Amino acid sequence: MSAALLVRALRDPASVAALDADGWNALIAAARAERLIGTLALRIGEQPVPQAVRPILADARLDAEREARQALWEADRAAAALAPLGVRTVLLKGTAYAAAGLAAGQGRFIGDLDILVPRGAMAEVERALLAAGWEWVKEDAYDDAYYRQWMHELPPLIHRDRDRMIDVHHTVLPLTARQTPDAAAMIADAVPLAGGLCILSAEDRVCHAAAHLLADGDLAGGLRNLWDIHCLLEEADSRALDRRAALHGLSSHVRQARRIAAALYGTGAWLTPWDRIVAARLLARDGWGRERRKLLVFAFYLRSHWLRMPPLMLARHLWTKWRKGYRPA
Amino acid sequence: MRHRLTVRIGPASFRIGSAWRAPVEQLARLYAGYPQDDGIADFTVRLQPAGWARQWLRPSIFITGDHGLADAAPMSLAHGLLAAEMGMNLQMALGWRRHLLLHASSVEKDGRVLVMTGESGSGKSTLAAQLGERGWRLMGDEFALLDLISGHVFPFPRLVSLKNRAIDVLAAEVPGERMGPLLAGTAKGDIRHLVPRADAVARMAEGAPPALLLFPRFGHGPDVRAVGQAEVFMRLTQASTNYVALGEPGFRALTRFVTTVPARAIDFPSGEEAAAMVDRLWEELA
Repeated sequence: MSAALLVRALRDPASVAALDADGWNALIAAARAERLIGTLALRIGEQPVPQAVRPILADARLDAEREARQALWEADRAAAALAPLGVRTVLLKGTAYAAAGLAAGQGRFIGDLDILVPRGAMAEVERALLAAGWEWVKEDAYDDAYYRQWMHELPPLIHRDRDRMIDVHHTVLPLTARQTPDAAAMIADAVPLAGGLCILSAEDRVCHAAAHLLADGDLAGGLRNLWDIHCLLEEADSRALDRRAALHGLSSHVRQARRIAAALYGTGAWLTPWDRIVAARLLARDGWGRERRKLLVFAFYLRSHWLRMPPLMLARHLWTKWRKGYRPA
Repeated sequence: MRHRLTVRIGPASFRIGSAWRAPVEQLARLYAGYPQDDGIADFTVRLQPAGWARQWLRPSIFITGDHGLADAAPMSLAHGLLAAEMGMNLQMALGWRRHLLLHASSVEKDGRVLVMTGESGSGKSTLAAQLGERGWRLMGDEFALLDLISGHVFPFPRLVSLKNRAIDVLAAEVPGERMGPLLAGTAKGDIRHLVPRADAVARMAEGAPPALLLFPRFGHGPDVRAVGQAEVFMRLTQASTNYVALGEPGFRALTRFVTTVPARAIDFPSGEEAAAMVDRLWEELA
């Protein structure tokens, strides 16, 4: 699997010196598919690479710079729209890492703008964003009701001029998940940045990233999230992190994230059989950038739904979506 | 992937992988005059089955690669060559950053470039192909690459994609071995690919300064109109797939192009008429 090649190159950038043309093609395809090409380019830095690779990495660095610039501008626009409310607004994920200049933000692909606000302020935040030019992405009564009743965020909004999405969260896991992180504590302990926005504390950043990777979703694109965790762990205090993870009910997820991050990106770790299965899912990418291990990937897709809701609710949800014509890719 | 080919077109190289033999064989034949080494490629293109049984049962191609569109319509294996071309175009449109990419055809004469842009069906592709057989060097029928520093236009001379009536017009002018198979009944009608002349391929690394921009429109009475710089700028931002991604360097390159290159909109009822109009405008303005 070429994802293993990618993981090795991120862990030990000097290892790319040994690659032949096939190896480079596989590494580049896997890095693009996992949206880690910008991170890889920055990790490789000024090391000598074949002539044909140089412009590819230079393009990736420029794309990453643009990503960060656009993401910070979106954050600035959201801050301007929400400033009159006086609501504590916390940046999450890629935009947070870029805004605070964290190692996890170096070269990172940044998609949507994710923010966390107190649950009690959701209605006024929604109104302020709609007034400032954000619109609903899809008008679907079932999806809308589903988001509002069961999810940890508003249905996605997109800005009508800039075409960029914002996800407004009031906590970090769906309300139907088995764990219930303490979102109020996360907001209370958030660290202010210049410009009126905040980011989560170093320990909460790890808790959030671990919850996002291991307690929610199907691990698609998980190598990037795991890279985030690997970088974020450097900034977190180990014992404070244990306490914080316990507070959020995420102790086992944080421990697993540390083991797998250490095994793939760090100095190694002893893995449980379940860790190995998760790692095998994360590494399911070949030298053409294709997702492999289809059965395992599909099993994790099913698991993501299982995590999100009790069986009867899951059955009803899948039935409704199926009738609307949705099929898993 | 089981069947593969690496080919260089202008400044970009593509590693094409396919679940089927036929598309790669057709590509290898039509791109025989282009560099085909197994080196490190700029982009990976994949032609893969559109569903779990679609490799064998009513074979159907999903086009993707380093860059892809999740909702791309699957294509019949009979149109595999077109699928490969679309796959390469997709990588350029979404991933190329080393030039400002203009959705335009371009031809060169006496060291200066004529750029033609317009919607699909405007005739820009056919006109470029015709001029390419009549003393001009064909630089490309799909993308013109505007250098961010020198302001020169660089070629991307992929196979010319001839559609519907244009097929017969060109087939009458060029030898059969430079024509691809007829792909009947694609989403854009009938398509046949034309291999550019050997000199266009041999000189595919050579750029030149732009001297004239035309907005051709096929199927109307002959007419020439001036186009203001503001309109040209706006239309070219729409014709570029990476203008936003390039940021300030893209803005500077486009500003320079718009303020230094004369532009005209031309309507024409036939290829003959168009060629005469182009010659006249080239004498007058370039």
